[in-house]
Amino acid sequence: MPDVTFRISTGSAEQNEEKTYRVPVAEGWVVLDAVHYIQAHEAPDLAVRWNCKAAKCGSCSAEVNGKPKLMCKTRLDDFADGEEIVVYPLKTFPRIKDLVTDVSWNYEVAKKIKPFTPAKDTKWSMDQRDMDRVQEFRKCIECFLCQDVCHVLRNHDKKPEFAGPRSFVRIANLEMHPLDTASRLDFLKNEGGLGYCNITKCCTEVCPEDIHITDNAIIPLKERLVDEYYDPIAKLFKVFSGK
Amino acid sequence: MANSPRTMEKSGFGATQRTDAWWLQPVATAAGLGAFVVYSTLRAFENNFYTVGPYLSPFYSPLIDIGMGISPALLILWAPAGFRTTCYYYRKAYYRAFFRDPAACAVGESNEHKYCGETKFPFILQNLHRFMFYVAVIFIFILWHDAYKAFFFEDGVGMGVGTIVMILNATFLSGYTFGCHSFRHLIGGKRDTFQDGNASHGCWMGASKLNAKHMNWAWLSLFWVGFTDFYVRSVASGLFSDFRIF
Amino acid sequence: METFEKHEHDVLVIGAGGAGLRAAIEAKAQGVNVGLVCKSLLGKAHTVMAEGGVAAAMGNVDPQDNWQVHFKDTMAGGKMMNNWRMAQLHAQQAPERVLELEKWGALFDRTPSGTILQRAFGGHTCKRLAHVGDRTGLEIIRTLQERAVEAQVPVYMECTVTHLLRAGDRVCGALAYWRSNGKFVVFTAKSIILATGGVGKSFRITSNSWEYTSDGLGMAYALGAELIDMEFVQFHPTGMVWPPGVKGLLVTEAVRGEGGRLTNNKGERFMERYDPKRMELSTRDQVARAIYTEVKEGRGSEHGGVFLDVTHLDGESVKKKLPSMYHQFKDLADVDITKQPMEVGPTTHYMMGGLRVDAETTATTIPGLFAAGEVAGGMHGGNRLGGNSLSDLLVFGRLAGIHAAEFSRQNKQGITPPDVEIQAATRQMLEPFDRKEGASPYEIHDELQDVMQNLVGIMRIEEDIKTALTKLEGLKQRLKTVRVTGSRIYNPGWHLAYDLRNLLNTSEAIARSALAREESRGAHTRLDHPKLSPEWEKITHVIQKDGDGMNLSQMPKPQMPPELAKLFEESH
Repeated sequence: MPDVTFRISTGSAEQNEEKTYRVPVAEGWVVLDAVHYIQAHEAPDLAVRWNCKAAKCGSCSAEVNGKPKLMCKTRLDDFADGEEIVVYPLKTFPRIKDLVTDVSWNYEVAKKIKPFTPAKDTKWSMDQRDMDRVQEFRKCIECFLCQDVCHVLRNHDKKPEFAGPRSFVRIANLEMHPLDTASRLDFLKNEGGLGYCNITKCCTEVCPEDIHITDNAIIPLKERLVDEYYDPIAKLFKVFSGK
Repeated sequence: MANSPRTMEKSGFGATQRTDAWWLQPVATAAGLGAFVVYSTLRAFENNFYTVGPYLSPFYSPLIDIGMGISPALLILWAPAGFRTTCYYYRKAYYRAFFRDPAACAVGESNEHKYCGETKFPFILQNLHRFMFYVAVIFIFILWHDAYKAFFFEDGVGMGVGTIVMILNATFLSGYTFGCHSFRHLIGGKRDTFQDGNASHGCWMGASKLNAKHMNWAWLSLFWVGFTDFYVRSVASGLFSDFRIF
Repeated sequence: METFEKHEHDVLVIGAGGAGLRAAIEAKAQGVNVGLVCKSLLGKAHTVMAEGGVAAAMGNVDPQDNWQVHFKDTMAGGKMMNNWRMAQLHAQQAPERVLELEKWGALFDRTPSGTILQRAFGGHTCKRLAHVGDRTGLEIIRTLQERAVEAQVPVYMECTVTHLLRAGDRVCGALAYWRSNGKFVVFTAKSIILATGGVGKSFRITSNSWEYTSDGLGMAYALGAELIDMEFVQFHPTGMVWPPGVKGLLVTEAVRGEGGRLTNNKGERFMERYDPKRMELSTRDQVARAIYTEVKEGRGSEHGGVFLDVTHLDGESVKKKLPSMYHQFKDLADVDITKQPMEVGPTTHYMMGGLRVDAETTATTIPGLFAAGEVAGGMHGGNRLGGNSLSDLLVFGRLAGIHAAEFSRQNKQGITPPDVEIQAATRQMLEPFDRKEGASPYEIHDELQDVMQNLVGIMRIEEDIKTALTKLEGLKQRLKTVRVTGSRIYNPGWHLAYDLRNLLNTSEAIARSALAREESRGAHTRLDHPKLSPEWEKITHVIQKDGDGMNLSQMPKPQMPPELAKLFEESH
């Protein structure tokens, strides 16, 4: 196979410098293989975050030719012959060094979500049909590509008032858990800022786990918010039924 | 929080490192939606050629003629228009194509406007989509009734190409309407468990199946409802005549 | 001179995989002050890669299952090398630990009656593995992670611990650095739990992530702790072999559990010749050896593996039961497993050996130092059964939490780590930056992987192991001249230079133990001593630091009490 040219963004939060490398690649290589090659042969201190290299841990998120991707899942033979491959870190979060960004904000948001709260006298029996729905959300590997691509965070920088798609997936998981008794709707409407989402679906487009974030998590949550806050008939019904 | 995009990428509309034709989809969407809006507006104001034989254009159904030169279409089109405007799929389509918010994923937006998403008027009204759905369901009944009536010609029961066009129209619109996200929620999605609801689970699964292809249904039904009108108009205006199968 | 960021905890947990998280949750529940340090982001630890399931004798699918049966399977799978008491505690407590996860929000696949579904796995005589498709590890780590966050355990992410600190004979803290800026941190703790996993990165072909650099084993060894059973390294029979970029990537045993068949290039189901009774669901050591032999004797696939085939199963159910395998092959190898067979071969997977611990308390031989999970030895003996690792994490993670908390309460008087030790440790860490020339850490690592893969791999022979030991000594000398360029800010070259120290020590421990055990047992296969010997069954190898050298000694294996030994007589 012919050599491939990589242009890699290096530097700090304040400084950006692109460096170009020629990499002799082997069959079936992914972008992360090439980055490792560059580390071993040319730039031993090139910073990259990765763990499993099997698309299971969600550590090696980056932007390859402008698209948010897992480097371990982006195959080199998907690019055209001779195409230059440009690798940048996630741009929505502050850079630590080279391809590594500080994603701690995501962990801070996660702390605000009310945890699973079963009833005291729960009988631990669950139906697979209920599992099928929520297990989709449990597939999330927390790569934060959805957080990176979401324009509410990326372009409008609403981090203080918008929790982002990853958080909504987690909340959908808890809200639709057959044995959970807590409600996170108030958080969703206010602190979580679900209303900022204009369902343009970029989160779903980039999800490496194929979670239908918009259709199966965000929109159903929006509908639950409608039940709770916007539907006058549902409200009337609640007043009369006393529920 | 220091935000690194500022140092790595120019901001502003269209700023991106994507090398593919990301602009293609929003342009195509804008063209498709734009064409439909123009055509349907012209037809609504035309107030002519909307019925011929047993066929009635869906733009004019139900036919409410109050005279005074007001087109019946103008009295009813708010309903399907409202249903589609607040539809979760079309919202994505026009937020991207017309508002460029964002035009495509990982592509910059113009930074001047203050983004509020769907938290403020008028977009907060999108939350009332389910009421438009209720209305849309009434229209589905009416359109099926129109399709039924399309079998009854002046000379008795029969079937023309127009009949098929009308049946397909009702079918596609049903596929679109019952794949609605709000319907999917109301029919079962709102429950936390299906343990004691086999029927509810079945309905929810059905709606989910349609919902997974909501975009396809949306475009198919949009195109076809326009085509149905075009067919009726063409036959009514004598552009071509309906072919009777039996 | 450097100033140090300092943190103090009653219990410090090092490693945030299943065992570390479970330990931290438990210690916190005991009411002591806990800190959790991990060198990756939270939730990325190797547990996330576990696929097939967690073994627990709940008897939901096979009602005849109980802890005795599980215990027997575990011991038999481990070729009786297991610490019987650990295996017993494990089998007895696993069901409770799994049910507990459910109470914390885990969502396992269900039986029609609503209980947790269990699947068949190699070496388990009953359907025993609770699972979530083929991503059970993700489910477990996410559940534990969320529970730990709920319990408000402070987590130090991307913080690598490099040295355990000691005052007198007791462990009293740890030195670490932040990966993000390279600055040092000193932790003071009354007790420390190691949950740092295994050593897979010593080998070329491995299913392990980069984190598997045996930090815990290396640090505890440096402190004088004892390592046992180090010759027992599990080679998982089914890793991907093609394309080269993904060589070694795990193909879950659940593929065989769900009915997958192994065939050679003649289309024969060759397991008939090796284990006709259990076929594909034989234990991992046997299947790995069988595949190795098929390939060696020329019956392998194009890329040096054998075929694993699920095309006779219903395609939709394969996608539902094995979704990540389906995507893994489709995305990385262009293979549709519902239509084409997979190509698989053995891959380094798990370290059965590890720190010698007390079964009841998980205490190592160093006061105040506890160990749970893969870093601890003894539980799995000569060969681990699939699914027993996830349950091991939960059972012994909890026990470690309880007893480390107890230790910290009994030793209220915290000891401050001596300054000289800290200074010496930081000097050692920073030396590689000062050298103007020297070996590249990547080169040394590359050679180490070749040495271990080729000379101390799945099939071993005296001559090879001796060569390996010589080469390891050479690499150790070169490590003394290792040079790191760049700054301390997120510098992977520097990180690797530190990892190598531990990798080389544990690799040597593996080689020494492998050389000494002159028999073939479980995962340890000696071509020059192909038979299982009853004499060796009684002996455990112990590795300990001895001045600058490494000392290997023998220890008699603890004997089972009669009521347990009886279980094995009945079956004959």
